[in-house]
Parts: sequence; structure tokens; C-alpha cells
Amino acid sequence: MTLLEIEGVSKSFGSVDVLRGIDLTIEAGSVTGLVGDNGAGKSTLMKTITGIYSVDDGTVTFNGEPITDLPPGERRSRGIEMIYQDLALAKQQDVANNIFLGREPVKRLWGLIPGYVDKARIDTEAQQMIDRLGAKIPSINRPVGYLSGGQQQSVAIARALTFEPKLVIMDEPTAALAVREVEHVLDLIRQLQKDGIAVILISHRLNDIFEVCDRIVVLRQGRLIADDPRGETSMNDVVSHIVGAA
Amino acid sequence: MSENASAARRSRSWTLGARSTYVRIESLFVLFGLSAIMAVLSPYFLQTSNLLNILLASATIGVLAIGATYVISSAGLDLSLGSVLGLSSVVGAVTAERLGMPWPLAVAACLAAGAAAGWVNGQLVTRAGIPAFIVTLGMLGIARGLALVISDGRAIYGLPEGLVYLGQGRPFGVPMPVFIFIGVAILTHYILSHTRFGAHTLAIGDNEAAARATGIRVGRHRRRLYTFSGLMAGIAGLIFMARVNAGDPTAGLNYELTAITAAIIGGTNLFGGRGSILGTMIGALIMGVLQNGLNLLAVQSYYQQMAIGAVLILAVFLDQWQARRAQAR
Ligand SMILES: Nc1ncnc2c1ncn2[C@@H]1O[C@H](COP(=O)(O)OP(=O)(O)OP(=O)(O)O)[C@@H](O)[C@H]1O
Ligand SMILES: [Mg+2]
Repeated sequence: MTLLEIEGVSKSFGSVDVLRGIDLTIEAGSVTGLVGDNGAGKSTLMKTITGIYSVDDGTVTFNGEPITDLPPGERRSRGIEMIYQDLALAKQQDVANNIFLGREPVKRLWGLIPGYVDKARIDTEAQQMIDRLGAKIPSINRPVGYLSGGQQQSVAIARALTFEPKLVIMDEPTAALAVREVEHVLDLIRQLQKDGIAVILISHRLNDIFEVCDRIVVLRQGRLIADDPRGETSMNDVVSHIVGAA
Repeated sequence: MSENASAARRSRSWTLGARSTYVRIESLFVLFGLSAIMAVLSPYFLQTSNLLNILLASATIGVLAIGATYVISSAGLDLSLGSVLGLSSVVGAVTAERLGMPWPLAVAACLAAGAAAGWVNGQLVTRAGIPAFIVTLGMLGIARGLALVISDGRAIYGLPEGLVYLGQGRPFGVPMPVFIFIGVAILTHYILSHTRFGAHTLAIGDNEAAARATGIRVGRHRRRLYTFSGLMAGIAGLIFMARVNAGDPTAGLNYELTAITAAIIGGTNLFGGRGSILGTMIGALIMGVLQNGLNLLAVQSYYQQMAIGAVLILAVFLDQWQARRAQAR
């Protein structure tokens, strides 16, 4: 089943054409590796999926419905989550609040006053998520700015997985992680796939890409240069696509 | 970003009750220290009537400072607070005195005038993309000018009794404005510390891009914040007008300085991401004690302006110095 369909997407920033007519489909429950040189347009393409950037041209369809003009919150509630390269965390707010940012559950205070953010529930559920990920976070109530880079990455991952996504986009999720934590994230991706959740993984570590992805897509200067199942390509092929030698 | 990261590292503040309620312990030291000094210097300082006076003076500044707290903790700025106070007091007085409307309508007019000015600020900041500093500085001039135009540059005297009661009434011996201040403070504390609106306000101030990525509608939220801040200026204008029994076009001159200072002393992060109404109330009390004390000591009001300005600069300096030290560790 096709989950996401990108057709003819173009985007420029001023006079720089960052995306030039990209077509890409993502199947439900698939793991797609997206690779390319620095500045190839990977993050930009993903941000047109989550709604951070509007497209200049083309359409984005999710679950059979056009989402091209929807704001980020609307797309999130349809099941698109992204772990941003810069993590997109509010550093002075605590871990739990970051995981629930924009999705805070509310109740009536004393059964009376409306709009009370249920902090107890946020803390409990955020803790459960952190435990499930096996992340080492000193305290769920610590401001995120106190945490190490790897710990912050875990918080960003936890946020993406807490609200039953259908598609999880990971932009360099292992950049700040130690070897063992990288393994953990790769295991997590396999687990997501088993649960029927589609993943797009952006990484410069081709070993990781080849380890977990069914399919490898290469971007070069805003164009989709290659799109092959893992079995039909090789590390050498991918590298030459990335650098433009093929 | 790096400002905010260092701010996170430094927020080793004492917390009261809810985790989101930061009260900087230093601000309590300042409040009590300053009060102790004033008590020693002036025998009148600790008299009940004087303490009530301080509360009364803090009420106007406090409501204004609540508006400042919301906007600043979202990494915005509202320099128009004092002028909008003046405008709304004139609008309220015109409604009651010139148009002869019943006093509840004059109250509504005060609040509406404040909110409208704030609404314009919000539109210009978010839709036209003009920096808040410029927009609200412009509004500082526009609102003051409009107040002078409407009133012909003269205070409008002779308000209906119901209105005057809001400023001069003393149920249980406590001035009405103090009750209004406490009511507004409780409500706005709830909103800032316990609702999604408050959580999103701090998140936007902390990292706007992150807030947007999680689906928070940043532009709309900012527009609401500026309108809210204008509404607070409207309430402050109402209090001021009722207290002096006049709509004075020069009311609230330079009050934005005092209000922003109160918010910053109270622990609002100048760069956004942190703020609490409890802290701001302490900040407003510090301002009240400072002004009252200087009055008792018969210090000319010109010097008071200097003192408040110096306190603002000092508060920010100490905050940043502390942050640098925390980082160096
Ligand atoms: N907001 C923006 N404004 C202007 N130019 C931008 C913006 N975002 C990205 N670009 C430009 O678009 C191009 C593609 O950037 P993008 O971040 O998508 O690359 P990337 O493939 O993710 O690279 P990396 O591997 O370094 O993360 C770059 O040339 C970048 O300078
Ligand atoms: Mg990138």
C-alpha cells in the first residue's frame, strides 16, 4: 500500500534551486534510506513532507489524501513525525514537556476548571517512552539543555514515537550517538518496521543504511539520481551516485 | 539558541509548587533586603497605610508587568505598554464622561482599547514581519499621540461613582486595585503555568522553530500574546483612571520601563523560554517598594527614573554574569 507520494516537488530559496522536480513514493511499513552529499537537499525534501516548508511546485499525498497545503500540526496529527537534524527541542523546558510539546493532554482541574495541562500524565507517559527506548536520561524533569547531545537525540526520538506515527522521518538520528546507542536506534528501526510503521532514514553512514533499509534513494543537487532496492545496488554504486561519478 | 541553552543551564532557580513556577530566590532577597533598608531609613515605611500604598502602586505596575512577562517569555517585546495604558484610560473616560455611557461600558471600552492596540501590534509583528522592537516603539508614539488627540491634551475629569470605586473603593480596608491585581494574577498564573497556551508561550520563546515543527501555530499564538499584553495595559489603564478619577493622556508615561524591569527581576528570561507570574508579582512589589521608599525619603522623582533604569540594567547584567559563570564551570 502506498503511504506517501511525492510528485514533481520543486523548491527554491531565492535564486537557489534546492529541489528540482522530485518524485518519490513510500510504501507503508517500508524502510527507505535517503543519502546524498551535504547540501543535496535531503533535509529540505523531508521538510516539505512535514510542512515546515511549502513547495513551489508539485504535490504531496499521504494516505491517499493531498496534504500539500496543510500546516505542520495537521500533518503530525495524520501520523507524520520527524526527528529533525537540529533536533528541534525547547532547551529550557523539561524532557517530558518536550516529548509532549504541541500535544499536551488536558483535564479539568478539580473536575471544574478547564484546560489544565495534565503534567502528571505527561511525566508518566514520557517516562514510559524513555524506558521503552532504553535511553539513559537522568530525570524526566530536567531541562533538555542540561542533557548531552546523545541524550537530547533520545528525547527527539521519543517525541517522534509517542503518538502512534505511520511515517517516521529520521534526519541523521545517530549523528551524536555512541556505537552502542547507534545499534539501539537501528534495532528500533527494525522494530518500527515490524509494527508496520514506515521509516525514512537519512544518514551519511552507508553501513547503517545498508543494514536496515529495504531501499536506497540518492539525491544529488536537488534531483533524485537513483532509487534501488537494497539487493540490486551496492555500496560502490551508491557512493558513485552520491559524488556524481556514475 | 545558544542564549537559550545557557539560560537552561542557569535556571537553577528555586521552584514553588508546580515545576513551571520559577521564583528566583535572589528576587525575594532583594524584596526583603530593600524593605529592611527602607524600614530602617523611614519610620513610616512599615505602617499599614503605607504598606497598602505600596500594594496600590504595585497593582498598576503589576498588571502591566504581567503583559510584559507573557510577551517577553515568548521572546517578544512590548514597549507600548505605558502609552496604551494612557490611551485606554482616556478612551474609558471619554466613554463615561463625554458620551455619558454607563460605567460598565466604560470599563469595556478601556479593555477594548488596550486589546485593540495590542492586536495591531500582533498583526504588524507576525503578518508584516516587522521586528517587535520597532512595531511596539512605533505604537508607543502612536498610542500616546492618539490619547492626546482624543483628550485635546487635557485630563478628563468627573467619572461616575461605579468607575471611581474600582480605583478608590476599599472593601475590607484594602484598595480595590489590589483585588483586581490579585484576581488578574491568579488567572494569568493559571494560564501561563498550567495551560497549553502557557506551555506554548514558553516553547515559542525557547525555540520558535521547534515549536512550529511540533505543530504549534506560532504566528497565531504571537498575535494572541500581543493582544493579551494590550489587554493587560487596558486593565492597568482602567485602574489608573479610576484611582485618579480622570482620564489622563499622560498616564503611564515611562511605565513600560518599570513593567519590563519588574518582569525581568522576577525571573523572566529576556531571551524567552522562561517566565512566571509569581516571580513578576515579586518584581512588581520590588518596584513598588523602591518608588515608595524613595518617596518617603523625599528623593526627587527624577532620581526615581534613574534608579529604575539602573535596576533594569543591573538585573540583566547579573543574570548574564551568572550564566557565564555557570557555563565556565
Ligand atoms: N532555509 C533556507 N534558506 C536558504 N537556503 C537553504 C535553506 N535551507 C536549506 N538551504 C539550502 O538548500 C540546500 C540543501 O540543503 P539541505 O539542508 O536540504 O541539505 P542536506 O542534503 O540535508 O545536507 P546535509 O547532509 O548537510 O544535512 C543547501 O544549499 C542549503 O544551503
Ligand atoms: Mg540535512
